[in-house]
Amino acid sequence: MKLGFLVDLNLCMGCKGCEIACKVENEVPLSSWRLRVKYIDMGSFPDTSRSFTPLRCNHCENAPCERICPVSALHYLDNGIVNIDSERCIGCAGCMMACPYGAIYMDPESNTADKCTYCAHRIEGGLMPACVVACPVEANIFGDVEDETSQISRYIMEHQGNVQVRKPEKHTNPLHYYVGGGNNTLNPLAHERIEGYGLFNNITTLDHPGNPNRSILDRFLEPIFGHPNDDLGNESFLDMPNANAGKAEDKGGH
Amino acid sequence: MDHVSTIEATKAIVSMDVAHTGIIWGWMITLNMWAKSIGTGVILVGAFLLYRHKHEDMPSLRWLMPLISFIALNAFLFFTLIDLHQPWRMIHIFTHPHWTSSITVGAWMASIFLVLVSIMMFTSLFTHFSEFRKDCAIAKAVRSKDGLYEKVFPFTVFLAFPVTMYTAIIMSQSAARELWVPGAELIQMLLAAFMVGSATFILIGGKWAETVKKDLAMILALSVLFSFIMYMGEYFFSYKAAEVEATLAYVHSGGPYFTQFWAGMILGYIIPFFVATTMSDNRTMMKFAAVTTFIGLYFAKSTWLEIPQLLPLS
Repeated sequence: MKLGFLVDLNLCMGCKGCEIACKVENEVPLSSWRLRVKYIDMGSFPDTSRSFTPLRCNHCENAPCERICPVSALHYLDNGIVNIDSERCIGCAGCMMACPYGAIYMDPESNTADKCTYCAHRIEGGLMPACVVACPVEANIFGDVEDETSQISRYIMEHQGNVQVRKPEKHTNPLHYYVGGGNNTLNPLAHERIEGYGLFNNITTLDHPGNPNRSILDRFLEPIFGHPNDDLGNESFLDMPNANAGKAEDKGGH
Repeated sequence: MDHVSTIEATKAIVSMDVAHTGIIWGWMITLNMWAKSIGTGVILVGAFLLYRHKHEDMPSLRWLMPLISFIALNAFLFFTLIDLHQPWRMIHIFTHPHWTSSITVGAWMASIFLVLVSIMMFTSLFTHFSEFRKDCAIAKAVRSKDGLYEKVFPFTVFLAFPVTMYTAIIMSQSAARELWVPGAELIQMLLAAFMVGSATFILIGGKWAETVKKDLAMILALSVLFSFIMYMGEYFFSYKAAEVEATLAYVHSGGPYFTQFWAGMILGYIIPFFVATTMSDNRTMMKFAAVTTFIGLYFAKSTWLEIPQLLPLS
């Protein structure tokens, strides 16, 4: 059995339901994402288009993150999932440096590497991953790619010539496929990423991987004494600093 | 947006996405590599000097070499440890080793190397300072094993090569960063060790024989020259991979990395080369060149480590 994912980008409408479902299911902390939907705009007015690309761990058959992990915290499950054992992880961030897809993050709460596991805990219980369940247009298709009768295998057969993986030149053999993707959507070098405000958010750079409030000394003391600021100061979006944001009234709002 | 910029009509833009992770391996890993270069470099250059010259020409080398290496290796291991987000779990590398990982192999080799250097350091120190703890049983026992130094030394020199170079394999296994080409990085690591190894001895070997000092100037000049040529080759002529070109654009386009890289090249490579080739008899200038080598190497390593991490991967 080899579990794989396929996203039909022709169907995806960028609702971010999968992203939210993933966040809730896996309790992914603020500033971290296991699955995200990226918006890319193309063309010039009035001939413009917007594409939506859900991005998650590719569960590569030849995973660089598994190879570089010094303690086997990242490991393969029998069903092909690249799983992570946060109890064993030493937080060296080697996997973050190795993953060509930027799919691994440093969890600011556990201070270990984490990523999409295709909801391995749900699959173990016979459930579909949370993002698959949440998708209103069934753009996320999940199943056994070695089973010719599975929906994902049939979908791949039906869309031959239009099935792509990200960065095939890396020889990682991803078990995550896209239908209807193109260079602009799948190649990060093909589109420009402008710092500053985008559509709804401030596209910027994190100051620090993991918890920015955790000092080097905390790394040693925290396992013994705990951290005095366990809530990370992120109890609400409203509390997050945003120097550029003005009051709604200032912008003519209510 | 604070300013209005023109975007090419053919260029797609990201209109909504998550924040970029930024620098994952920063100054701690730079210092890790820098300190390791000193720890292994003094052993490699020291071995060359001991092979080429009489011990009387460099009287303090026998005990200073392992002592400096010991301090630098501990600094290297310290920065490795504090860079971990779960430092107490470092022990997992020894209890749950994953042998395909160059981090694991490197940690094991570096640990064995440190043990060998420690043996050399303790035996040479107790022998050199023979009056220290003269009646102590432990000191006596260590002094009686002075022959261990010569037995351990060949293995230490042999191990210094892979310990110096294994970080290049970690960079190679970092499949996401195409700038780091294993062949080039392996040689750069080795040359860095020779650079700071010779620079260290130039700083401390003021009373050593002139022939030794000439050799040190030659090692410094050649290692900075070859390393500089490699950097220039990669900096100016990396046309083949789109990702490498996009990475180097962070330096080419000016800004802090441009300043840091060229400061590194001038301090760590150009100044030492000219001083070592034209003023090797001038002690003050050679020491100045040695100091700039240390600073320049840090800047160069820091730039090369950080710029690939600025590129969004997805």
